[in-house]
Amino acid sequence: MKVLLRNPNREIEFPGPITVQALVHKLDLNRESILVIADGTLVPNDATIHDDQTVEIRPVISGGSA
Amino acid sequence: MKCRVCRGPAVIDIRRHNANFCSEHFLKLCRDQTAKAIKDFDMIAAGERVLVAVSGGKDSLACWDILLDLGYQAEGFVIGLGIGDYSASSTDYARRYAASRGVLLHEVSLPEVYGYDIPTGSKVAKRVPCSVCGMSKRHLFDKAALDGGFDVVATGHNLDDEAAVLFGNTLRWQTDYLGRQLPVLPARHGFPRKVKPLVRLGEREMAAYCVLKNIDYIVEECPMAAGNKHLGYKEALNAIEVTSPGSKHDFYFGFLARASAMFRPEAEEEQASLNACTRCGAPTSNPEVCAFCALVDRAGGQIPVTISPRVRTSA
Repeated sequence: MKVLLRNPNREIEFPGPITVQALVHKLDLNRESILVIADGTLVPNDATIHDDQTVEIRPVISGGSA
Repeated sequence: MKCRVCRGPAVIDIRRHNANFCSEHFLKLCRDQTAKAIKDFDMIAAGERVLVAVSGGKDSLACWDILLDLGYQAEGFVIGLGIGDYSASSTDYARRYAASRGVLLHEVSLPEVYGYDIPTGSKVAKRVPCSVCGMSKRHLFDKAALDGGFDVVATGHNLDDEAAVLFGNTLRWQTDYLGRQLPVLPARHGFPRKVKPLVRLGEREMAAYCVLKNIDYIVEECPMAAGNKHLGYKEALNAIEVTSPGSKHDFYFGFLARASAMFRPEAEEEQASLNACTRCGAPTSNPEVCAFCALVDRAGGQIPVTISPRVRTSA
């Protein structure tokens, strides 16, 4: 599967199938700081992502002072 | 995972609620939590005109969207900050959202109207960009609200923002800041009322809200935000939250319930001693000219500073 990462934008290949929870763990990310979007759809932790899917790992932390 | 409400397939888990939600019931949760914050803290009365401080990011667009869905009369205000392509792109997201909902977006360009951009202002003032940006935005949001006859300014500050600011203020025991860290700042002479309707919702929820409502927002981080202390505080708090869900909520709402009042007298004393800027009339702790007018004097018309982005790897 293709995994798109942000800040900076980059793309990696990752073997599937794998659950969202396992993918986040293997990428060493904090689930509180990201959303996982598979083929344009928000997916929960227990969803399985397959080899033919494109996954975006979207960071949610933003902001300087306002 | 199943939705707590309807038992249909869930799209998101919210661990501090120990619950999962489908799209429909998650969006309802966001509206309900916002309505509860507005009611609990007397933020906005029926019929009042709201000016939403919009950046083109997820929080401000979600805030605007929820207020509109709740029936409030909300117009947007976006500031062109002159941070290269990032500012132009951010403003475009705000414009597209306003067009999609058929609502009014007010705009002002900092470089065009006041003669400086954030990189130049930061260099001239010898302050970090986020400090100059925040000061400039607060001044212009206040001015726009007062000039436009709005009753209240709404900002997209969420639970993560407030917990991170509280964390920073507590680390350094900045008691004056602690005294005025509230979800509502009442109107005072020269200041409109300011409210934070999203304080009951986390940053991850606001991003999910935008994804589920197909609200297109700028995902890229501001090129000048790298090294910002609050980003580090958010990461630290999320490291705690992942093993102890609800920590950020308890930290912030516990502060409001049990500690905030202790710091208010100092903040109120400081507010009472403010002067009117001799240039624009805005309240200021300076003896004559406010920080914004002083910056316009010093930075206005300067040759713009070229931005050299410092990229932070976050995912």
